[in-house]
Amino acid sequence: MAEFALPKHSKIVKGIDYPLETDSKNTRKVNVYRWSPDDDQNPRIDSYTIDLDKCGPMVLDALIKIKQEIDSSLTFRRSCREGICGSCSMNIDGTNTLACLKSIDDIEGEINIYPLPHMEVVKDLVPDLSKAYEQLTSIKPWLQTNTKPEEGKSRKQSPSEREKIDGLWECVLCFSCSTSCPSYWWNGDKYLGPAVLLQAYRWIADSRDENTNERLDDLEDSFKLYRCHTIMNCTKTCPKGLNPAKAIGEIKKLQLERK
Amino acid sequence: MDKKVAQYSYTKVENMSSVKSPGVGHWKLQRISAIGMIPLLLWFIPSLLFSLLGSYEEAIAWFQSPFNTTGLFLLFITLFFHASLGLQVVIEDYVHNEGLKIASIILIKLLSILLGVLSLLCVLKIYLS
Repeated sequence: MAEFALPKHSKIVKGIDYPLETDSKNTRKVNVYRWSPDDDQNPRIDSYTIDLDKCGPMVLDALIKIKQEIDSSLTFRRSCREGICGSCSMNIDGTNTLACLKSIDDIEGEINIYPLPHMEVVKDLVPDLSKAYEQLTSIKPWLQTNTKPEEGKSRKQSPSEREKIDGLWECVLCFSCSTSCPSYWWNGDKYLGPAVLLQAYRWIADSRDENTNERLDDLEDSFKLYRCHTIMNCTKTCPKGLNPAKAIGEIKKLQLERK
Repeated sequence: MDKKVAQYSYTKVENMSSVKSPGVGHWKLQRISAIGMIPLLLWFIPSLLFSLLGSYEEAIAWFQSPFNTTGLFLLFITLFFHASLGLQVVIEDYVHNEGLKIASIILIKLLSILLGVLSLLCVLKIYLS
């Protein structure tokens, strides 16, 4: 049944305020979700005021500045700082996105940063994505074939066939979309979620893959696929501008056509 | 924390939906019944409002037309069928106790049949009166 009482440690309390003593007018307050598994404390919101004149343009720059100059215990994932690795996905200003692609100028007032919603938190802004990765593995995200390509040649694909996976291969697996989806929040153990379904369609749509039918068979399940009710949160939040809702719609269309 | 991470194994995800439940059939019927209701409701709602303006006898006469009775039959069958499909999805979304889920879905189906048959009988009764 629906759970009305929140579990222990759900209530977020006010944390430490780190003011900034400066003459600069160009300052901004950054409120960050903090939680550590090592003590028995509730999560808290720490507030850091930073000088934007001495900070890079993106939210990730602000987080790195805070970690280097104010509080080295602040924990978050990041790597490429250019929207390719998908590591720094988090909830910024109420929307799941990549911190490295989110400009500070695009946010009005204080900057609120939380981990991706409805995932177990490992520490601070680091969510536990192991379940999502297992789900990704379950759709076998690699090329499956039964035939061999011509001796010494690669598998051919015409430009129009190649175009069919545009808008799919660009996904960096940051899971911003899946964690923005209420269906994934309530049924994330059974529903695969938009990120994994977009990957599933990436291989279904690939002309070189020869296991399309088996892939569709695996998805023909009222929970794995059909928990998507097309509310489009995934498409709205995607920091790469992709359209997982459309990919899911295409899978549903194929299921209908082959019946 | 470590325990939580360890409990997701590859095979567990593979078998997450223990019962292989059909998806596309339910999805298709829900859409067909929704589309079917558009013309039926476009016809029924104005007719209902119009009948409210007239007298009792006029309303009865409207119900006794074979065309209107057929329309009402189609509307109620589609309506209760669509409602039971939709409510089933809502229950599957939000009720996570397996026993309670199955019980609620059965209850929804039975209630839909009961209310559906009841409304068809009412229409038939007026038609035959």
